[in-house]
Amino acid sequence: MSQSDMAERADTSGEPKSLRAVPYRGGGFRPGHWRFVGPLVFAVLLLCWEAGSRSGVISNLVLPAPSEALEALRQLVETGQLWLHLGASLQRLVIGWSLGVTLGVAVGLLVGLLPLARAGLLPLVSALFPIPKIALLPLFVIWFGIGEGSKVATILFGSFFPTVIATYGGVDNVDRTLVRMGQSFGLGWWSIVRKIILPGAMPAILSGCRISASIAIILLVAAEMIGAEYGIGAYVLMAGSLFATDQLLAGVAMLSVLGLVVSWLIGRAERRLLRWRG
Amino acid sequence: MDLLLRGISHRYGGTEVMRDINLEIRRGEIVCIIGPSGCGKSTLLRFIGGLERPDAGEVLLSGPEPEGSLNPLTYVFQDFALLPWRTVAGNISLVLEDHGLGRQRIAAIIDDVLARTGLSEFREALPRQLSGGMRQRVAIARALAVRPAVMLMDEPLSALDSQTRELLMDDLVSLWQRERFTACYVTHNLAEAVRLGHRVVVLSRRPGQIRTVVDIDMDLAERGPGHPELEAIQSQLWTLLRDEARAADREITDVAE
Ligand SMILES: Nc1ncnc2c1ncn2[C@@H]1O[C@H](COP(=O)(O)OP(=O)(O)OP(=O)(O)O)[C@@H](O)[C@H]1O
Ligand SMILES: [Mg+2]
Repeated sequence: MSQSDMAERADTSGEPKSLRAVPYRGGGFRPGHWRFVGPLVFAVLLLCWEAGSRSGVISNLVLPAPSEALEALRQLVETGQLWLHLGASLQRLVIGWSLGVTLGVAVGLLVGLLPLARAGLLPLVSALFPIPKIALLPLFVIWFGIGEGSKVATILFGSFFPTVIATYGGVDNVDRTLVRMGQSFGLGWWSIVRKIILPGAMPAILSGCRISASIAIILLVAAEMIGAEYGIGAYVLMAGSLFATDQLLAGVAMLSVLGLVVSWLIGRAERRLLRWRG
Repeated sequence: MDLLLRGISHRYGGTEVMRDINLEIRRGEIVCIIGPSGCGKSTLLRFIGGLERPDAGEVLLSGPEPEGSLNPLTYVFQDFALLPWRTVAGNISLVLEDHGLGRQRIAAIIDDVLARTGLSEFREALPRQLSGGMRQRVAIARALAVRPAVMLMDEPLSALDSQTRELLMDDLVSLWQRERFTACYVTHNLAEAVRLGHRVVVLSRRPGQIRTVVDIDMDLAERGPGHPELEAIQSQLWTLLRDEARAADREITDVAE
């Protein structure tokens, strides 16, 4: 750089008016760290509701106060009914959902891996997937009896189809070069499936699990509304038919907590199994 | 063990991608294959490794497999092809697990190849924690673990920046000095070809045919960047390739993957 250049630069930098900061345009579009806001919104809403009920703005007939729903819940605990209802529901949910997911992953792998299975099964799966399984509930009652069979079957079918679709989609998306790599090192078919395809499809399978779990909870309640003595669905149905809205709300709150717990568990499984994604 | 390619021709759908390739890859030599983009280098390598079958011609092995080789024809991929959910050691273990070696034997092999490639301290690292150069070193370590007779390398350094590429080329040279491995090395980088190749095979544009084979009779250790003789060979290769590359560049590809 020549002397005159330097002089010029010094000149311009001595002129403060011509200096401006580059405008910042990179803000926004980023998840922040506002963790406490969620519970806060929740608490504020409940408080407003409680205050509204107590002051008479919200008629007790329309919507009971949260404290009343809490009271109904407390009674449930005291009489020991809570565990009967919750236990019956959890048992159906766990059996139906885990069977549905296991079968779904197996069939999804078959569809994803074997062209023949894909040709044969995929149209069937696609045709049956969109049917709301609730519509089939009466049929399941005839087939599997009014007892546990029909309820578990409903949940099983409801979680089976989304799992199949998530799994074969996941298998399709496994990086083909990894499969090629496995073949080029002479790995056996089963080794490739177990060590390359299944872990590669795991993110998709787990997000399928999320979807199928929420479907399973919906179906659980629906199934328990037909001929069940115990279960959250039965409790909610009974409360509804007696217009015991406080109990109804208590049941709904249990369902919400159940859903939260399930999604938390799946989140933990995701963090454990997908740690490699960082 | 030597490799012999005889009369290999191939077409994908209506496009002829390769015509009558004849080539011999002898033990202990590195054969580099260069050619314009889309001339069928990767395809040829897939034929050699038995991942795909050519329409015509055959790939033959001659001589006994080297003793203790678990996978005589072993690939090193351009994009490393490491399992992201396995650690460095796990990725190497993957290719050993199917051979009934026993846990201790596998651990010993892993230790050995990691030491040979200078990766021992990265044993438990996940691929995403490593730089591109380190990942490719892991892939090379994995290839060495199965004691290959021939390494099939498809643009192994193309995904790396040029400094890392230099480093890895040095690594490959010193590795070859020690182990005298046999390799078929596909590249589009002429500098790599003249640094590593005992022979350089020049392919024409699609359909790929062998235009010339250039022998480079110089010890790998003597070669280095800026070596006048190598520069001369490199510019000779470029002259051969330039028109092909220009023509290939202007072609319209309409091949469905
Ligand atoms: N599986 C396939 N099906 C159809 N066409 C293919 C397939 N694989 C490769 N081709 C076509 O064959 C030709 C040769 O491909 P190949 O990948 O072997 O070229 P290449 O020399 O390795 O190219 P590059 O330098 O870009 O890596 C290309 O025109 C490609 O589009
Ligand atoms: Mg290629």
